[in-house]
Amino acid sequence: MWTGIQNLITQHLGEISFGAMGFWDKILFLIGYYGPSYLEGAWKTFIIALVSTVIGCLIGLGVGIIQTIPLSKKDSRTKRITVKLLRALMLIYVEVFRGTPMMIQAVFIYYGIPLMTGAFMANPIYMDPWPAAFLIVSINTGAYMAETVRGGILSIDPGQTEGAKAIGMTHVQTMLFVILPQTMRNIMPQIGNNLIINVKDTCVLQVISVAELFFKHNSVAGARYSFFESAVITMAIYLAMTLILSRILRWMEKRMEGADSYDLATTDTLAHTTGMYNYPRRGSNFDERNIEQEAAESLSREGKREGGETDED
Amino acid sequence: MKTEPILEIRHLSKKFGKLTVLRDIDFSVSHGNVISIIGASGSGKSTLLRCINLLETPTSGEILFHGEEIQKKTFPLTAYRGKVGMVFQSFNLFANLTVLENCMVGQQQVLRKGRKEAEELAKMYLDKVGMYPYINAKPRQISGGQKQRVAIARALAMEPEVLLFDEPTSALDPQMVGEVLAVMRSLAAEGLTMLVVTHEMAFARDVSNHVVFMKDGVICEEGDPEQIFGNPQDPKTIEFLSRFRNG
Repeated sequence: MWTGIQNLITQHLGEISFGAMGFWDKILFLIGYYGPSYLEGAWKTFIIALVSTVIGCLIGLGVGIIQTIPLSKKDSRTKRITVKLLRALMLIYVEVFRGTPMMIQAVFIYYGIPLMTGAFMANPIYMDPWPAAFLIVSINTGAYMAETVRGGILSIDPGQTEGAKAIGMTHVQTMLFVILPQTMRNIMPQIGNNLIINVKDTCVLQVISVAELFFKHNSVAGARYSFFESAVITMAIYLAMTLILSRILRWMEKRMEGADSYDLATTDTLAHTTGMYNYPRRGSNFDERNIEQEAAESLSREGKREGGETDED
Repeated sequence: MKTEPILEIRHLSKKFGKLTVLRDIDFSVSHGNVISIIGASGSGKSTLLRCINLLETPTSGEILFHGEEIQKKTFPLTAYRGKVGMVFQSFNLFANLTVLENCMVGQQQVLRKGRKEAEELAKMYLDKVGMYPYINAKPRQISGGQKQRVAIARALAMEPEVLLFDEPTSALDPQMVGEVLAVMRSLAAEGLTMLVVTHEMAFARDVSNHVVFMKDGVICEEGDPEQIFGNPQDPKTIEFLSRFRNG
């Protein structure tokens, strides 16, 4: 299919040298000849961003959960020391990876790991750019997400934690069934933010020669000496990716919110004693209007009695 | 009829930093008691209730549940909290769960009941508080009074021995207060053991069988509702109740 498109473009452009072409013709030419290459780069960018954001979120979730484990004097000494040690390590992780540029992190990990492992191993570990890319972006995202998750957990009204405690739920149960589901919903915008940032920021991975979109742009621009035209194409592709992603994220957020309305339950297998289900419009026994109604009824009953219309006398 | 107390509180004190909130509190709760704790805001009523559930750690003193000290490290605290339910002023329902799930999660997770059993019991108690039609609603979709009734059903679904109420009607408008108090009245009539911190003097007088008046972290006076409301002895009680008795 692509060769067909390519032929069309060549026919349209005719026998003219690249340097002599106008702006739009140059763009057409680049799309014709390097389109698949751009798309391959875009695909790699997308996969790195998506997978790393997911892994980063998992890392962030783990770190955020550990950071918010409550400690009380009742806990055992070992538990307290372990948690505090873990917290300290995680704080260092967050501060280091949030506080340094991802480009330097990429260089540090890609070139540093063989050197560091070589110091005490006969066969140092060499990393391919591809797995290194996932590792770097995941770790970086994890550091940001850790703080997001922590904030998300802290933002849930502490009353709910107390409510769970008061019916005997443990911290783990409270987190699993009450806090984390709400946290996830609340941090969705931030996860989306990170995904979009990652789509754009993977461009720094070209320093370790990951062949993502920006890398492709560089190659094309260098080969044809057409920096501006190639940049236009690359930008359009980046923008298309982020726009599509942000639409999808909005839609997911909406779905997580759940239904706006609910149905009143009217039938059930349970045997009822109150009989209110025969009068769904009346509401329940304890609704205020019902109480008022009853009061009014009893009043009118008394009124009748006073009026002597009953057969009591 | 003399019964063994369910809860015994001895010499309980609580300090927040330098501020002493509870001073040497002594009292006990027996089966079937409906005890109202009244007093001005800041007199330590809520803190007392929260200490009983160990949501606050007492500074000193003992709390015995069937004769066992609940502050011991070996005491099964989560099981105890299942047996001593609590209803909060701000409802504290789980926002991500439906009304029905709110009443099931504790049974399933803490009491390890099966889904079906938990659902049946939850529905039964929701029916009791008149919230059965709303089982599919989320807490944000129902009114304050309804939320509080669900919170009561959630506590009841754990089938507690004692239910603690921490100002259950203080966050509600007068109309909703009525529906929540109606539920509490019917529970009291059924013989549920209740410990109620309240500003609803009529409720304390008419429904409870024991009234405790607190001021500045100490129990000033306690006794039958007729005695406290009809013939209070302590000048502080007289002063506190003067508005209610005259009004």
